Amino acid sequence: MNAPSSNNKINKATRHTSQNEGLIFEKSSPGKRAFELPPLDVPSANASTELGKHFRADGVSGFPEVSEIEVVRHFTRLSTWNYAIDLGMYPLGSCTMKYNPRVNEFVARLDGIASEHPYQPDELSQGCLRILQLLEKCLLEITGMDAITLQPAAGAQGELTGLLLIRSYLERQGNPRKKVLIPDSAHGTNPATAVIAGYEVENIKSESHGQIDVEKLRELVTDDVAALMITNPSTLGIFEERIPEIAQILHAKGALLYMDGANMNALTGITRPGDLGVDVMHLNLHKTFSTPHGGGGPGAGPVAMKKILEPFKPVPVLVEKENGKLALDSQRPDSIGKVRAFTGNFGVLVRALAYILAYGPGVRQATEDAVLNANYIRKGLEGVYDLPYSLPSLHEVVFSDAIQKRNGVNTMDIAKRLIDYGFHPYTTAFPLIVPGALMIEPTESESKEECDLFIEAMKSIAEEAAQTPELVKTAPHTTRVRRLDEVAAARKPVLRWNPASASKAAR
Amino acid sequence: MAYPANFRYTKEHEWVNVEGGVATIGITDYAQSELGDVVFVELPKVGAKLEAGKSFGNVESVKAVSEIYAPAAGEVTAANEELAKTPELLNSDPHGKGWLIKVKLANAADISALMDGTAYEKYIAEKGKEASA
Amino acid sequence: MRYLPKSPAERQEMLSAIGAKSINELFECIPERYRLREALKLPGPFSETEVISYFQDRAKENSVGYTSFLGAGVYNHLRSVITDTILLRGEFLTSYTPYQAEITQGTLQAIFEFQTLMCQLTGQEVANASMYDGSTATTEAVLMAERLTGRRRVLVAKTLHPEYRDVLRTYAKNSGLTVEEIPYAANGTLDSKALHSAIKDDVVAVVVQSPNFFGVIEDVAADADAVHAAGALLVVAVTEGVSLGALKPPAEADIVAMEGQSFGLAPSYGGPFVGVIASRDKFVRQMPGRLAGQTLDTEGRRGFVLTLAAREQHIRREKATSNICTNQALCALAATVHLTLLGKEGLREMAHQNLSKARFALGELEKIPGVKRKFSAPFFNEFSIELPRSVRMVNAELLKEKIVGPLALGTPYPELTKTALVCVTETTARAEIERFAAALRRALEKPL
Repeated sequence: MNAPSSNNKINKATRHTSQNEGLIFEKSSPGKRAFELPPLDVPSANASTELGKHFRADGVSGFPEVSEIEVVRHFTRLSTWNYAIDLGMYPLGSCTMKYNPRVNEFVARLDGIASEHPYQPDELSQGCLRILQLLEKCLLEITGMDAITLQPAAGAQGELTGLLLIRSYLERQGNPRKKVLIPDSAHGTNPATAVIAGYEVENIKSESHGQIDVEKLRELVTDDVAALMITNPSTLGIFEERIPEIAQILHAKGALLYMDGANMNALTGITRPGDLGVDVMHLNLHKTFSTPHGGGGPGAGPVAMKKILEPFKPVPVLVEKENGKLALDSQRPDSIGKVRAFTGNFGVLVRALAYILAYGPGVRQATEDAVLNANYIRKGLEGVYDLPYSLPSLHEVVFSDAIQKRNGVNTMDIAKRLIDYGFHPYTTAFPLIVPGALMIEPTESESKEECDLFIEAMKSIAEEAAQTPELVKTAPHTTRVRRLDEVAAARKPVLRWNPASASKAAR
Repeated sequence: MAYPANFRYTKEHEWVNVEGGVATIGITDYAQSELGDVVFVELPKVGAKLEAGKSFGNVESVKAVSEIYAPAAGEVTAANEELAKTPELLNSDPHGKGWLIKVKLANAADISALMDGTAYEKYIAEKGKEASA
Repeated sequence: MRYLPKSPAERQEMLSAIGAKSINELFECIPERYRLREALKLPGPFSETEVISYFQDRAKENSVGYTSFLGAGVYNHLRSVITDTILLRGEFLTSYTPYQAEITQGTLQAIFEFQTLMCQLTGQEVANASMYDGSTATTEAVLMAERLTGRRRVLVAKTLHPEYRDVLRTYAKNSGLTVEEIPYAANGTLDSKALHSAIKDDVVAVVVQSPNFFGVIEDVAADADAVHAAGALLVVAVTEGVSLGALKPPAEADIVAMEGQSFGLAPSYGGPFVGVIASRDKFVRQMPGRLAGQTLDTEGRRGFVLTLAAREQHIRREKATSNICTNQALCALAATVHLTLLGKEGLREMAHQNLSKARFALGELEKIPGVKRKFSAPFFNEFSIELPRSVRMVNAELLKEKIVGPLALGTPYPELTKTALVCVTETTARAEIERFAAALRRALEKPL
């Protein structure tokens, strides 16, 4: 594959050796061990007598039997097949792939932090509780809201928590109402969540500039509407300019405004959703607050709210007692209940607080740099790629593949070609209101140099799309595997290793 | 691919072939080409009652799901079991082996309001123009 | 600021390129009256050293130096340093969900191995790429059963973890599901008579935990027949994964919902953990969450992709099987590395040590006058004991001796104020068990 991959415009990456590695099960051989336990210091139980018919005498059939070096090499080799923020820019729109500070990992692993049991007495958990309290205060200051829960495990669970708060509040007013309004540009979790909260979804079409159609909204907000779920800035990276007015329209009809805080990286330190009229919102700590994505989680999705919703917060609630000691209080008769066992993804919360402490009020600079980077890239690529919505961009910019499509090259092809240039692709085909979307979010973590390399790469791919479209359409050319057959994977799913299928698959 | 003249077609790209009060229903060649490679088909059970205009199942490609709407009311008398193992029949032979269900129609006259082959071909030709405009 | 890679001159250069006079110009799309005029009131900025000091100070306010006999869904187990070494590799830690398969084969293959390990452990045919935790996995299993059966009545063992029941109730409330609890029998297992009289052909699923919240092992195979006869599905929840190294897998279950915290994850005051859903092949289309599948690339090489995505929220939106998006991939990786290290023999040995130590601890505690085993059914590494006085009072005494005593069952089960749930794992040294027994004896000898 020398010809298509050699390109003097690829400045960021060169080819390198990539080790092959099979499945761990294929290396297994009885008798090998990678972990030894200290000797048992009590009499050995007779498992067969103790457990009777429940006893699994032969151990777990199929479990690997390998040595320590093999385990280390196995996972190290696998790791080298991944792209990562630590390797370079990861411009996935809507995902906020920023630097994950290592000190966050260090403090989350401290003895006395990682070792704590959620059921230990509150008097032995004052450190954990003070961490939670400080994080609550910081997030309230950042969002301009009145109360917060840190329990939800991720953004989607935060959304659910928020809608259940709204539902409980409206029930208290006498009628939970039927519908939740959601713009067509929203994340897929919004409609999926509304249904779990017991609401019907009504989609709202964006107006021609990609904003909420306020006049249309005025018609749609009836006594049946519980809430509007809005993403601000929208998934186009554009600020909803009329959001205070939108809040007023809803409030006049007794409905509430939910804000998906996925894009808080555009607002932190600049403006506060609470001041804009938002009633309840979630934050994705794995986006704005730098906790690692780890290949798809764990995250955390705290929900901040106005005072009217506070009585309905999930239990337990963090309270400060008269003597200054902190405690977890589960006696909340109006609470929506629990959305997750224990006190949420505590380890993730620790990392987010470490991030906030490192910046302090200077977190505004991070927001400014994120917006600067997005606008710099927008400027650099304007005209090269089609810009379907021309309103000012905040932290991300959405182009379309309209120009390249004339040569049969679509957004997915361009994204795959970007891999050959040493970058992770941007988000493709989202938001749904932009056909063939290229959704680019550089975050504040990219230097000017990295942004320049990205712009050059995108320009070079645009040239290739015009002159040698086949090169782009068959990309990537330099990865250890080429495009994979997703159709076969879905038609005849192979979702686990089996000894029988092993010989067939082995190269 | 030709659109059989004796079939009837809906705007949602289903075809209907009525023989002796029983309608065979499928999706059109246009629909399968828009969807791309079909990976899974979800169909109602035999005996299920269909309501005209309501979704009775769906067709999945790798990155999309499309609802299939009942062109008329009736009761399901058969579902194409081959599709569970070989959903690709929907791509290779949408008007034949890729049929979805057979339905005993509540009122056979419902079907006559649908497009015939010529009208449907005209309909998709116009859709094509819209898309490229 | 050390995390930001731009000099003032570079910022200026970039602004000029954009054609903006100042950074504020880029925020003019936000109405002026809503823009903050003052800096946020946040603590900091702190250097790395200061950040570490802050958390070290908090750690000192916690339970360092205490020995704990708490389990109840969160367990202390040995963890190899290798697990964290792998987890801290930036290629895993700082990678995103593997939607771009060509450059995320590492994560994808690891997920595929995780799915395989979970199937082997649970005796099921297919497992997903992970859920948030055991409580949400259990709830999602019930919602999955609802989609499969179309029914509305859920029967839940009262011995299912109380917090798992709470979470289920929160989700069920607006899904039109009703949740009824099935009591426990005198030996601590599910009351099968009560189950038989409650189960009818309107039941979605019966949810049973094994070992259950009292530590007792349920007869899942026996329950399964009654459940299946009514056309309902059997959901088995597992909170202590290590038990599967010694116990027959719940192969009779239709869906297994498991907490994987025991596999290489620290207690971490309740999270992040890793939930697992495992089931039968024929139910895979109704599974929530991500799935990795094996396939070939255009040149015939084996590779892995996220598959059956059409079930998920980003495609199906309001008709999705679940609203879950983010899962717990890094925690699933920890479990994968940990279980690979342990391997077949290591897990068996670890399970056996748990059983032996718990058995030994029970023997030591039973020697104390007035202390009795509460339930007679077999247990794994947790067991319930009845004390002659309230557990809370006893625990207050134990705390003075730097022992975090066993869980007081009286809060979730008001009929059990004098019953304590003791957990002993391979990490509990014999000397600590003996110290606990001696302290308990002294506490009970104290005049009231």
